[in-house]
Amino acid sequence: MNSFQRRRVLRTMALATTMLAAGVMTGFAGTAAAQERKSVKIGYAISKTGGNAGGAGITTLPNYKLWVKDVNDAGGLEMPDGKKLPIEVIEYDDRSSAEEVVRAVERLATQDKVDFILVPWGTGFNLAVAPLFDRHGYPQLAVSAVTDKAPDFVKRWKKSFWMLGGGHDYAKALAKILADAKKSGVVNGKVAMISVADGFGIDLVTAARPAFKEAGIEVSYDKTYPAGTSDFSPMINEAKVSGADAFVAFSYPPETFALTQQSQVASFSPKVLYLGVGTGFPAYGKNNGENANGIMSLGGIDPNNQMNANYRKRHEAVTGVAPDYWGSVITYASLQMLQEAIKRKGLDKAGVSAELASGKFQTVLGETKFEDNQLRQLWWTGQWQNGQFVGVMPTERAGVSKVMLPRGEWKKK
Amino acid sequence: MIRLLSPAIFLAVVAALAYVPFVADSYGVTLGIGMLGYVTLATAWALFSGPTRYVSLATVAFFGIGAYTVAVFSETIPYPLLLVTAGAIGLGVAVVVGFSTLRLAGVYFVIFTFGLAELIRQLVTWYEVNMAGTLGRYIFLPVTPEGIYWQLLALATITFLISWWIGRSRIGLALKVIGDDEVVAAHCGIDIARVKLALFAISSVIITLVGAIQAPRWTYVEPVIAFNPTISFLTLIMALLGGANRLMGPILGAVPLFLLFEWLSANFPNHYSIILGLVFIAIVFVLPRGVLAFAEENWKRWRRTTPENLPAVAE
Amino acid sequence: MLVAALLSGLVLGGTYALVAMGLTLQYGISRIMNLAYGEMIIAAAFLAYVMFSGLGLNPVAGLLIAVPAGFALGYAVYGVMMSPLVKRARDKASLEIDSILATFGLLFVMQGVMLVAFGANFTSYSYLNDPVTIFGTTLAANRVLALVMAVVFGGGLYLLLTRTLWGTALRAVAVNPAAAPLVGIDVNRAARLAFAIGGGLAAAGGVVISMYQTFTATTGVVFTMKALIVVIMGGVGNLIGALSAGLILGLVETFVATYVDPGLTLAATYGIFLAVLLWRPAGLFGRVAR
Repeated sequence: MNSFQRRRVLRTMALATTMLAAGVMTGFAGTAAAQERKSVKIGYAISKTGGNAGGAGITTLPNYKLWVKDVNDAGGLEMPDGKKLPIEVIEYDDRSSAEEVVRAVERLATQDKVDFILVPWGTGFNLAVAPLFDRHGYPQLAVSAVTDKAPDFVKRWKKSFWMLGGGHDYAKALAKILADAKKSGVVNGKVAMISVADGFGIDLVTAARPAFKEAGIEVSYDKTYPAGTSDFSPMINEAKVSGADAFVAFSYPPETFALTQQSQVASFSPKVLYLGVGTGFPAYGKNNGENANGIMSLGGIDPNNQMNANYRKRHEAVTGVAPDYWGSVITYASLQMLQEAIKRKGLDKAGVSAELASGKFQTVLGETKFEDNQLRQLWWTGQWQNGQFVGVMPTERAGVSKVMLPRGEWKKK
Repeated sequence: MIRLLSPAIFLAVVAALAYVPFVADSYGVTLGIGMLGYVTLATAWALFSGPTRYVSLATVAFFGIGAYTVAVFSETIPYPLLLVTAGAIGLGVAVVVGFSTLRLAGVYFVIFTFGLAELIRQLVTWYEVNMAGTLGRYIFLPVTPEGIYWQLLALATITFLISWWIGRSRIGLALKVIGDDEVVAAHCGIDIARVKLALFAISSVIITLVGAIQAPRWTYVEPVIAFNPTISFLTLIMALLGGANRLMGPILGAVPLFLLFEWLSANFPNHYSIILGLVFIAIVFVLPRGVLAFAEENWKRWRRTTPENLPAVAE
Repeated sequence: MLVAALLSGLVLGGTYALVAMGLTLQYGISRIMNLAYGEMIIAAAFLAYVMFSGLGLNPVAGLLIAVPAGFALGYAVYGVMMSPLVKRARDKASLEIDSILATFGLLFVMQGVMLVAFGANFTSYSYLNDPVTIFGTTLAANRVLALVMAVVFGGGLYLLLTRTLWGTALRAVAVNPAAAPLVGIDVNRAARLAFAIGGGLAAAGGVVISMYQTFTATTGVVFTMKALIVVIMGGVGNLIGALSAGLILGLVETFVATYVDPGLTLAATYGIFLAVLLWRPAGLFGRVAR
């Protein structure tokens, strides 16, 4: 192609590109008609594909679906004047990319002009969208985000709520269990610890080191491994010879499953076995049966809370999968809080945020309220006991189960 | 006349794009950021990979280095210097990598660059965990989305100009010869290694800057987020589809594909993957040699049948 | 400790080699860079899971269904999607770009279908998760099975390729597809067959891996990348290369985890890979060819 033609193509293409770009950017500005409201628009962007899809698909998305169905089956969201409006859902896939989640939330806020936005999955993504929620005035009920910085974030983003505690909370609870077990002579006070080299694992392990030290627990093996590791036999062998009879892994689901299997193969049967995310998945209990007994992790439930039990049944019936034992019920409770706040204050976002911050709510967890925009009524440690993953820490909370140690040897199938 | 017209139109396009944040709402700006980001990445990628035919998957290595530099130094270095620092680190890595890798060929280079991106991610992770004792850093910089948009526009413009300039300079000619036949190129007295290295370095610095400029939008950066391999793949696909060895090719690949992704994910959140996959397969079967090649062919055919364009046929 | 690390490393490397061998055939002989390779692995893993949990069929017997299914899928994919591309390709480069784009699309389609069918949840079950003691080291039986299969398939196919006329034809296609027809080889048929065998190997890998590794509908890419690393490190199209590269990577990973720091296992893997390529730009067993 000669230069004359080239320039011509270039010009045409440049023009076309500009027209296209400009047209798209301005043309997307929807026309919101000022007609009478027939529904409440609720939007969310969630990882349906990519690396985060596994986590989002068990803790977050099924609960969004369940809640929308529950509300719409009951006639819709109740407004302060008693009128009920059905929920209209707008959902996007963030494809597990930080840039996508930012853009999707921006689109929900400014193009779809939704009334409320539900949060994405994961600590990083909740932080990525926090400035947007704040700028557009939406309350952010961040569930699947474990962070010790929540008090700072609340100051920065006044309408953000943090519902899963921080690494320190979980680490301290675990340290107390270990210290008590050492005092009563169940364990020797040495612990082998591994953690995934990812935000979650590092948050917990950096909190655990001082907490264990303070509790008089000696850490005899302390390593991190990259996410995606599939063979743990070297680490299990090292832990075995380290003299520890307690093993702690701040791990992600695939590794949690792998560690459980490989410990059985290696006949590695520590008296205290604490594993990370995934231990509270229903599949974990199902796959491991009796062998799950005594294994500890984050989260848990009160087995005698009838509302929670009903919720679990309904979750399984409606979505086809059982909820996990950590974030699921909190996710559902966060939605119930939103629903109740809307009932009290209507669709005024500022009013709803203020109500969330100060009000008390009846949820599947029982009476629920925020302290300084954080949910603190949580189970810091749970343990598998007879087919249920029950909360064992904090001991002063109502409905607590007694921790059972030591856990037994692996049973042969 | 034409000589003056082309730059005038180019300026007008840039000015029009610079004006967009005043008329578009915040979603428009967000969309613009995403689009300009990929246009710049694809153009910078094609700058090196187009003429040399070295298909690089190291895009995200440099993108991530840029983002991470900003995250690490956001509180200690003032903003403009931050970009300079990021660019300098990108340049350093590019030179070291370039020296050692450019003798690899074909698919070996492709997978090498992929391995390189993963290696850098693993090393950053290990360093953060064991040396810095954290993972995940917060970026609280007072940069507005409009500010990011304009910076990206400026970078895209510069990238485009560099690409245009190289296309008509001696280096460009040298590169074309390398792409066609390295042996011939060497015999023509072209210092292949130096030309390739220079191109790789320029392209890498631009990619690093894209990462650095975009990072403040995420607030929180960890290796999984900054070194997301999807970025490498999307850049490659966009540039390839548009035609990597034409000036406008990467833009023609990036803009429509970006808008397609956006439209699909907005309208088909549950079947996004399937539709996207079918679109790709369809593109390969319908447009055999990239969008631009397709457009050119049709254009030529159209010209041939139009009498007033006869002189062009005569060439 | 040394023996333990050595054996664990070999067993882990067996998995990598098993996963990579199909890809090395598909890329080396059929000349298709199949980016959807990992999705074929995951599809087989789901098949094994469904047969195991739904029908109670044990995964080893499931291989008898999965491997022919994988072969058939590979055969069909090559016939429908790839051979038109091969026919119209003017040179190696344009076939490479076409096949990358087309299999990139196939990757998304397969992933999307699996997402719709199985959701995004983590899937895992365990089978043959029993200790086997070899030289005083306890290993998981399912992982040992992966190593054995890698060695058997790798060795068997290697013998087929080097000792039979049919294998020689395949290798001829790999070395020079343009000249192969001159000696009466049906290139299209040979390439199709190699691609299908690759599909069968992917299915075998998927079934075995599903016994001990947790997977989701979206983890296929991880396997594709791992397999590519092994293929490139071993030298494209070379089964013995894939086998040894896989074992080397497994050993490196285990030794680094045992003696250095588990946090550096993947960094070491990629480091070794890069070092090998700098030392031998066409892989361990590859010949420099253009």
